[in-house]
Amino acid sequence: MRTSLSPEKDKTAQRSGRGLAAWLRERYDLSALEYFIKKKEVPLHRHSIWYYFGGITLFFFMIQVATGILLLLYYRPTAEAAFESVQFIMTEVRFGWLIRSIHSWSANLMIAAAFVHLFSVFFLKAYRKPRELTWVSGVFLLFLSLGFGFSGYLLPWNELAFFATKVGTEIVAVVPLIGGFLLKFLRGGEDVTGATLTRFFGFHVAVLPMISTVLLLFHLWAVQKQGMSVPLKLEKDGAPYKTMPFFPNFLLRDLLGWILALGALAAIAALFPWELGVKADPFAPAPAGIKPEWYFVFMFQTLKFIPAKVLGLDGEMLGVLAFGLIGALLVLVPFLDRKGQIGESSKILGVLGIVSLVYIIIMTIVSYVVPQTF
Amino acid sequence: MKKIGYILSFILIGCGATAFAQEPARAEKVNSCVSCHLEMGDELAVPVEGMKEDVHAQQGLSCADCHGGDPTAGLDGDMEAAKNPAKGFVGKPERTAIPQFCARCHSDPNYMRRFNPRAATDQLSAYKTSVHGQLLQKGDTKVAVCTDCHGVHGIRNAKDARSSVYPLNIPATCGRCHADAEYMKDYSIPTDQIEQYQTSVHGKALLEKGDQAAPACNDCHGNHGATPPGAPTIAFICGQCHLNNSELFFASPHRAAFDEMGLPECETCHGNHGIQHPTDSMLGAGPESICTDCHEEGSPGWLTAAAMREQIENLKSQIFVADSLVAKAERAGMEVSEAKFQLHDADDALIKSRTMVHSLSEERITEVTSEGMKLAESALTAGRAALAELQFRRKGLAISIIFILILAAGLYLKIKEVDQKHPIRSAQRGE
Repeated sequence: MRTSLSPEKDKTAQRSGRGLAAWLRERYDLSALEYFIKKKEVPLHRHSIWYYFGGITLFFFMIQVATGILLLLYYRPTAEAAFESVQFIMTEVRFGWLIRSIHSWSANLMIAAAFVHLFSVFFLKAYRKPRELTWVSGVFLLFLSLGFGFSGYLLPWNELAFFATKVGTEIVAVVPLIGGFLLKFLRGGEDVTGATLTRFFGFHVAVLPMISTVLLLFHLWAVQKQGMSVPLKLEKDGAPYKTMPFFPNFLLRDLLGWILALGALAAIAALFPWELGVKADPFAPAPAGIKPEWYFVFMFQTLKFIPAKVLGLDGEMLGVLAFGLIGALLVLVPFLDRKGQIGESSKILGVLGIVSLVYIIIMTIVSYVVPQTF
Repeated sequence: MKKIGYILSFILIGCGATAFAQEPARAEKVNSCVSCHLEMGDELAVPVEGMKEDVHAQQGLSCADCHGGDPTAGLDGDMEAAKNPAKGFVGKPERTAIPQFCARCHSDPNYMRRFNPRAATDQLSAYKTSVHGQLLQKGDTKVAVCTDCHGVHGIRNAKDARSSVYPLNIPATCGRCHADAEYMKDYSIPTDQIEQYQTSVHGKALLEKGDQAAPACNDCHGNHGATPPGAPTIAFICGQCHLNNSELFFASPHRAAFDEMGLPECETCHGNHGIQHPTDSMLGAGPESICTDCHEEGSPGWLTAAAMREQIENLKSQIFVADSLVAKAERAGMEVSEAKFQLHDADDALIKSRTMVHSLSEERITEVTSEGMKLAESALTAGRAALAELQFRRKGLAISIIFILILAAGLYLKIKEVDQKHPIRSAQRGE
């Protein structure tokens, strides 16, 4: 790891490294940590590429935290000042446009990476014993990411965000018994107003980060504690498989993944600069082309396809309840996959996973190809 | 009527009249007009009912203030005593006498100032100058007198939204006669004014948007006079609001030409009751032009009209291009506030140039449109600069990708090197 340095620099590095390590060792018992780093191995097989998507999601999350804090320095969460403050960030603050563009695009890439991570873990059945709670915490982290996306989308208080939020929050009203309460809870009143903006800001910068931090720490701890899961087939074969040291081999590969992710982020931000839009006017009619963010589109498209009445019941309500049920089943996948628990592959779950993935992709494409209004 | 004793009795009776709506028993004690008319009912009770919300009653006046007589004398049932001509009883005035009847108070500045220091007292003299007043003096009793517009018993203040002479209600009030073809058949004037007005820019502003700055009938035709006193031309009337257009018209060659041809000035091009929002297509040599109604193709007037239109179209076009570009840059989050100010000023120049059309001077229009063109061009340049800055940022990000890829390549080489030092090995299951 240190062969590329000149002999003189090498010595200096060794001295400072050893000096710092010695200084720390004198004060703390680091033997367990050192042993863990030294001994930790990562399985190497043809599906190892999927191991990196968790790290890439984490990388985008860290970018979100850093750029989010910078945006917080200037953002003002009121209906009167929100749009102007984002405009100020983009036009007056030095490199504010870059921070805002990265925050917006990184959010999308984080959710995309999280989806890839979720499906790869699902298909590799990495959720099986003893990693059930890692899966559960991961699914909740994905839900929280969607919450981040939904709440953050409104904050610039532009026309598209305003009406997309209006349509999005309207949907919860169809939930039986508590729909009305949920609508008012989300909006802070009957309609989308400055109260909604303040509320969403609170969710976005306080409530969701707090819960996410706790879950993320658990998720990362569990991954490190239990190590990487080996694909079921490889495990069943019982044949030897290759491994690589976590430190430095895997960590450097992880870092390479992060750098490539950063490159992808820069490329997308360069190709498609994130627009400021037009300030929201609650009294104006909804403009054409209002759409939620792409990761919600498949659900909206589904709700549009469901007939108004199904067996005498409200179609939209059934759709919302169905998605709620699917979400709950997704959380419980490790406990529902009985075969996975005994080290066997469940074909039904595999097919369901493929069907879900294809459904999401098709519905998303349909939503963007077929002209429609929400 | 204004003797001290008389006034004192009026005040007492007036107080009773003001209160009779709520306390009829008390009113009956002091005002035999009210008690008798209520008792007789039907038509004769109508005035008493109407007076409940009448502005005169609210100011403390009573029946006898207008009709004379002695309301206290009739309390014992002697109706004739109450209607004693010796006590000034005039009863219901003849229709021809109504203007004079109302003017006994309304033309008396000293009396009117008791109620409103700024009250006008020239209504009768103005009325006499009007067509209504002149025909009445000739004995035509079909024409409007005070009560036709203001009501009889139940007259409300003109500021009261329920009043027949409240701005929003005036077209309907005038239309009661002027839109009635049968009633107006003797006068040889159109009866579609109200219908036209409702479709006009003025009518829509007043009746649909409730904009009281928009003119109702009386704002152009006068309240009590036929036209505002001393207004010799239509341009004066329109100029009350459209001041700049009016002044430019008076200084233009059209003024003398129109007067010579007997054309009704503003109305010649814009129409009267059905006046629509003017458009640029009214100007120039196009198919919708009104200039070509008089000016033949190729004539100096035709050429001037075409040139003026071209100037305006050029400015509009330049503003549109600049506005689109600046809006695009603004949506993208670029700083374009100065350009927006310039576009705002360019819009002002466009409005000024449209006003300047009334001067019929190509030079004066060019002067205004040139200023607007400069502003629009400046905004366009700013918009282009903003979009160029956006492209610069994009290129900067694209360049950063090269550095990122170089870093990735370096790291890849490092990984290869590390893999040699810390080789990948085979592990047994469960290891």
